[in-house]
Amino acid sequence: MSDTAPVPVTVLTGYLGAGKTTLLNRILTENHGKKFAVVINEFGELGVDNDLVVDADEEVFEMNNGCICCTVRGDLIRILSGLMKRREKFDGIIVETTGLADPAPVAQTFFVDEDVKRATKLDAIVTVVDAKHLLARLDDTKEAEEQIAFADLILLNKMDLVSEAEAVEVERRIRAINPMVELIRSTKSDAPIDSVIGRDAFNLDRILAREPDFLSGDDDHEHDSDINSISFEVSRPIDPEKFNTWMTDLLAAKGQDLLRTKGILAYPGEDRRFAFQAVHMIADGDYIGPWKEGDPRKSKIVFIGRDLNRPQLRRGFEACQVDAAS
Amino acid sequence: MSDTDIEYLLAERGLSRQLGAWVIGAAFGREGRSLHFGLGDGSVHVVDLAARGADWTSVEAHKGAVLSLCADGKDGALTGGDDGRVMRIAPDGTVTELQKFGSKWIEHVASHESGIRAAGVSKAVHVIDAKGNVQKSLAHPSTVGGIAFDTKGKRIAASHYNGASLWFVGAKEDRPRVLDWKGSHAAIAIHPDGSHVVTAMQEMALHGWRLADGQHMRMSGYPSKTHSISFTSKGKWLATSGAESVVLWPFFGGGPMGKAPTELAGGDGVMCTRVACHPQHEMVAAGFEDGLVLLSDINSGRIVPVAPPGEGGISALAWNANGTLLAFGTEKGFSGVLDLSARA
Repeated sequence: MSDTAPVPVTVLTGYLGAGKTTLLNRILTENHGKKFAVVINEFGELGVDNDLVVDADEEVFEMNNGCICCTVRGDLIRILSGLMKRREKFDGIIVETTGLADPAPVAQTFFVDEDVKRATKLDAIVTVVDAKHLLARLDDTKEAEEQIAFADLILLNKMDLVSEAEAVEVERRIRAINPMVELIRSTKSDAPIDSVIGRDAFNLDRILAREPDFLSGDDDHEHDSDINSISFEVSRPIDPEKFNTWMTDLLAAKGQDLLRTKGILAYPGEDRRFAFQAVHMIADGDYIGPWKEGDPRKSKIVFIGRDLNRPQLRRGFEACQVDAAS
Repeated sequence: MSDTDIEYLLAERGLSRQLGAWVIGAAFGREGRSLHFGLGDGSVHVVDLAARGADWTSVEAHKGAVLSLCADGKDGALTGGDDGRVMRIAPDGTVTELQKFGSKWIEHVASHESGIRAAGVSKAVHVIDAKGNVQKSLAHPSTVGGIAFDTKGKRIAASHYNGASLWFVGAKEDRPRVLDWKGSHAAIAIHPDGSHVVTAMQEMALHGWRLADGQHMRMSGYPSKTHSISFTSKGKWLATSGAESVVLWPFFGGGPMGKAPTELAGGDGVMCTRVACHPQHEMVAAGFEDGLVLLSDINSGRIVPVAPPGEGGISALAWNANGTLLAFGTEKGFSGVLDLSARA
């Protein structure tokens, strides 16, 4: 039994050449008063000799638990529990993934494996993108889109190579895929370390800390990308049982296409907000702080995924309200 | 029953030390002279059992953490670390590097009294001879999750994703018998009579194969992952961690297929984290997540408390070869050794 606080883990994704290694080198060498263990793909890519740098194998395993898209990173489970044996040596862990990796198995590892869940907490998924080349990447690879879709924070790097107009267009494309993501512009990955690490973005308390524009109409069609996001809000309280049934069925049927789902729900007669998030089929939810006095208790939900059927999802969410015709 | 009513053997028959880092494993030398604790800070604490009341020797074995530790061939201990090295620790504390495997973590080591050793490094199991040379390297389809020698030291089993591989150590041509089962397999044990292989899985269940006919054995129902499995000396029972009791599967009377396991020392709602069966008797030592260590006689179900809760989850548990001494260590760096021999 461990009575020490869980170790925060930052997942760092991004295409080769976007500036991940530069950022990692800064995190490892700059004097910011914190020590990080870093799990990387290729040993020797960092120019530092550090016994807290760990070589990973990116072994993605299917869990034999009947959940078809439930994949985890087997190597990460081993590495994280190995690192826990000297947890007093560092303040946090950074897991780098290759540019070609699907971020889902990494994120799911933190929800599925109980040893990992007990000892660590997912802090944020940070994606470093090359402002100059992102649009081309989005057009020719699905991984680039997934890394944007999963991100809590995007470091829009190499800003010195683009005009303001180009930067705005890149940001618009990013927002179309992931309206909740926090964007930081940088040159040579020069963002302050504490703006990247220690964000606590996966904490249910901070879910929808950055709210997307909740659009009620169907006028928001973006067909630039294979991955899109849609969001809804409703005014009447949500019936927890109806919501659970709907969400369970939805994730079981569409979980492979739903990359991330986040919501804040108002349950009838409950003064606390219920926060909910899912990575593909794996869901997590709990009560967080109370509704603000005087604020309207609107329930909100955001989906990021492929082939999202807007009318169907909206009808489904609306039908979860109390007194709604079922 | 309140804690104050319980008499723990540690007070009367044991001695304990704070070692200052996570105890990843404990092993007595096979000849019985020394005891070794491997720690998360890279050190190995060596106890001269003849003078165990004196200071224990601490030696630097690895640069990062000790990740695996077992008794070495005749005496001393074998360790693997996250610095890619396999080390031998002699009973006097002398540290010798046997092999270095680049930057890879050495998460598994095993040895046999004949002197042969094995190290699990990524997808390979390297067989290391008594002189410390790599005799052969056995390749697996994915990273090795656990390794075990059989009683005679003739075969070695390695667990991995989607099953386990069973190799003859002395074979001229290395072709494993592949034991298939979907999922990710970690801790592994071979039955003392060589008849079965059992693994503990990521999916909170055990899986076994009866080697005579390839019959599968599914042992499920655990509320958490099993990290520790141990056969009793004659192989009648398999003791396992991962539940709020010590779960024992019967390997007799047609079991474990279709048989319910026996549960010992349950009822406190605390997870069992380590088990170690006595080398002769049908008795099991068990360590729990709250730091409790106890002994249980399997046939009578009688429980003897060994160490009280409070010093960190039990992360290491080991008997000496003749079953007179029991050692344990915790995640918080607490360690103890008990003398259970009959008193003159």
